Amino acid sequence: MSHKYISTPAYQLVEEFRSDPQKIHDYVDAIYDRIERVEPKVRAYITIRSRDEVHKDVDMLIKSGNYEGPLFGILVAVKDNISTRGIRTTCASKMLENYVPPYDATVIRRLKSAGAIVLGKTNMDEFAMGSTTETSAFYPTRNPWDLSRVPGGSSGGSAAALVAGEATLALGSDTGGSIRNPAAFTATFGLKPTYGLVSRYGLIAYASSMDQIGPLARNTRDLALLLSVIAGYDEHDATSLPVVVPNFVKLLDEYVHREQRLRIAIVKELFERSDISVQSVAGKALDRLCSIHECDEIELRYTKHIVAAYYIIAMAEASSNLARYDGIRYGLKVEVENRSWIDVYTEVRTRGFGYEVKKRIALGAFVLSAGYRDMYYIKALRFRRMLKEMFNEIFKRFDLVASPTMPILPPKLGELVADPIKMYLADINTVIANLIGIPAISVPVGFYNGLPVGLQFMAPPLAEDKLLYVSQQLEDMLKLRDLIAEVS
Amino acid sequence: MSFEIPVKIGLEIHVQITALKTKLFCATKADYRSEEPNTLLCPTCLGLPGALPKVNKKAIEYAIMVAKALNCRIAPKLIFCRKHYFYPDMVKNYQISQYDGPGSTPIASNGFVRIIVDGKPKIVRIRRINLEEDPGRIHYPTGSLLTSKYSLVDYNRSGIALLEIVTEPDIESPREARIFLEKLIAILEYLGVTDTRLEGAFRVDANISVADQARVEIKNIGSIKDVERALTYEILRQKSIIQKGGTVSRETRHWDSSSKVTVPLRIKEFEEDYRYFPDPDLPPITISKEWIEEIEKRMPELPDARIERFVKQYGLDEYRAQVLVLNKWLADLFEEAAKEYNNYKSLADWLITDFLRWVKEFNVDPSRVKATPKHIVKLLKLLDEGLISVRMAKELMPKIVLEGVDVESFVKQHGFSKLSDESELRRVVEEVFREYPRAVEDARRNPKAINFLVGAVMKKTKGRADPQLTIRIIRELLQSQQ
Repeated sequence: MSHKYISTPAYQLVEEFRSDPQKIHDYVDAIYDRIERVEPKVRAYITIRSRDEVHKDVDMLIKSGNYEGPLFGILVAVKDNISTRGIRTTCASKMLENYVPPYDATVIRRLKSAGAIVLGKTNMDEFAMGSTTETSAFYPTRNPWDLSRVPGGSSGGSAAALVAGEATLALGSDTGGSIRNPAAFTATFGLKPTYGLVSRYGLIAYASSMDQIGPLARNTRDLALLLSVIAGYDEHDATSLPVVVPNFVKLLDEYVHREQRLRIAIVKELFERSDISVQSVAGKALDRLCSIHECDEIELRYTKHIVAAYYIIAMAEASSNLARYDGIRYGLKVEVENRSWIDVYTEVRTRGFGYEVKKRIALGAFVLSAGYRDMYYIKALRFRRMLKEMFNEIFKRFDLVASPTMPILPPKLGELVADPIKMYLADINTVIANLIGIPAISVPVGFYNGLPVGLQFMAPPLAEDKLLYVSQQLEDMLKLRDLIAEVS
Repeated sequence: MSFEIPVKIGLEIHVQITALKTKLFCATKADYRSEEPNTLLCPTCLGLPGALPKVNKKAIEYAIMVAKALNCRIAPKLIFCRKHYFYPDMVKNYQISQYDGPGSTPIASNGFVRIIVDGKPKIVRIRRINLEEDPGRIHYPTGSLLTSKYSLVDYNRSGIALLEIVTEPDIESPREARIFLEKLIAILEYLGVTDTRLEGAFRVDANISVADQARVEIKNIGSIKDVERALTYEILRQKSIIQKGGTVSRETRHWDSSSKVTVPLRIKEFEEDYRYFPDPDLPPITISKEWIEEIEKRMPELPDARIERFVKQYGLDEYRAQVLVLNKWLADLFEEAAKEYNNYKSLADWLITDFLRWVKEFNVDPSRVKATPKHIVKLLKLLDEGLISVRMAKELMPKIVLEGVDVESFVKQHGFSKLSDESELRRVVEEVFREYPRAVEDARRNPKAINFLVGAVMKKTKGRADPQLTIRIIRELLQSQQ
């Protein structure tokens, strides 16, 4: 794909638009033309705003005269669990099929004041519960590199929209890998920030202690640009970190300029647990990186407990967070005449939630219930603390921890959902960062039989700059940037 | 009141922190009472997807004040928990509260309140205090849960800061419960935490067991009077079951304030499983010693200290001091008046008996009482100077309470002053002597019969006659005419 607007990085577009704002209209048309062509095959979106509406937004933006916004005129695809005022926000669930939020999430307010325009809402696993975007109540999204395969999940729509050329930047959310997993499966860049760096206000909760909104992009510099816009303290989110957020783009330039040598830990077990295909592609890229940095293999103990602890905590919190969906104030409406509220609630929740969501609510309620709470939930919390201490030790000796993002290549539709244990185990590399609140990135490092492979790096809290630095280096070495899949 | 079989009562009191301008977890206006239903809402207190709570720091400070006033131990860390149950008044189907168990602790626990029952001091222990959010309000079209075909929900109340104060089962009679609640309300009023006169600002659930039988919970009691009534009803009901040889079953009952009975709500076979866990949206808040000390410095004088001071400073007995102090506005009035009037005991008596009686009789909100300390002082001074009689003072009291009449000018205008002019009074007595010759004869023979004559004089003067002077004149005339 070579159409200039489709694959042009955001940071270049912004420069171009500042000198000639009317070009934003041409850019909008190019993206919409592309959407019309590929979206029926990819199905990355749940809601796409009308072309006219977006052109009107562009007019308003130009009239405002604020050309200095860091995302001036950029079209952003937003995962459909991030509240957008006046734009339907469904969480890919029947429960919220017609729910239109009366308020913007903090990240959306930040996007708008940076001059960005929300183009549409992307498909996802229902309530972000899944790793393939197949649990969406509406339809699965296809991987633009191979339409018979999944784009990963749960932010599969956001990643697919980027690599199909249907948006320039995208927002996802990551509770156990939901940004990094689809980034790896689509050859895009995805970053899960430090817990608390980006406000969760307006993000429809799955597991509150692990949910983070993060950026997806087709190159590192765009990723840094989008992160700089959405990060920062928010008084509406009590878990928001009161830190001054740096300009990550500037920081990136400084790092690259300094050519700083980093100490990178390679988690042996996480490599060995991966498919050979993934090992070979990821290993090769890592070897090149290790020629300029200091790499060492480490062993990680108790890996078999990681996924269990993660799912216990995630499901426990989910069972609580999803209790509010009862159809009374918003959401799925059913007949209420001459019925008790218990009847109404039962019907709403039976019809509104899909299988995977119901399963996680039931398991979550179970692990929190009297008699089982100590055995499961409390034990998982204890493991989580232990894991955090283990990584504190690791980060005393290393700047970054490397592993494949996903241990497998993008599977065929239906393949992974049919085997839930295999699906949950595939999250082992990504859930660590969520359990202990650290930042992590997925960088595209190559293809195996035409299917993308991603490499993941984890860093200590608030060391996003280092993640972006290695990402930029790999991008410069491998030239896997601004990729657009043909879609055929 | 005493009961031949033992009664154990524990109370669970819900008090809204009405002193707050905004709700507990958002910046939405808290004063919902004069607003249209469902108008005071934001994404957070309506529980919209994605909305997050943010703690109102002032609410924590009020909770700490109450904890201190109730002699509680304050938790070093405030950990909010989610308490799960489905109910239409709950926007999230969980309530943000605290939990006494692993991973959490109430904001305060192990306190006590001193009360006086029949002149004897007693202690009611406080088990714990939780700071939590109020649910919305369910409106039953017929006014009753039992007869309504549907219900409506108003979420304006959703998210109002609420203190849940739980006592140990130390209370032994309905009257004791009333005395305890009066003291508790006085403490809250002194702290300025809540205006308990506001509808719904003060709600009580009562746990009661009679003769060590199963514990019955009575929900939804809205006033102190109703607590006493509901408990009295429940004791009678349970006693009659026991006397017939039955056993009381463990259940939750609902106080129906219109028919003044408790009705069964549900049989409680096991503890409900609320699936508590720490709210991941609200990181723990450290309550430092310094913070507590800083709050303590801002705390006003509390009832117990004030009672003690009234005894020392004004020489009042403990009973009078307590009656005054537990009615804060009355105690304030007393102290203002005491600056200009130093017969404190007389002042206290007039306030406690006549003044308070009329306020209660007319059911006047204390804030609407027209009388100022100056009114009271003037009245008592006129009385001391002999310009009005006790009876007149008593008659004037309702006018002072309701209208705030100026005693001095009122007395002048209406000829209300005491008849102490000797020649005028002598004329009246002579008149009475002429009208009741037989009574005069009686009085000559029997000195006690003089009362009839005094009464007749009073009647003629509409009570204005100075009783002392009247008696003297009557005695003089009886002697001189002999």
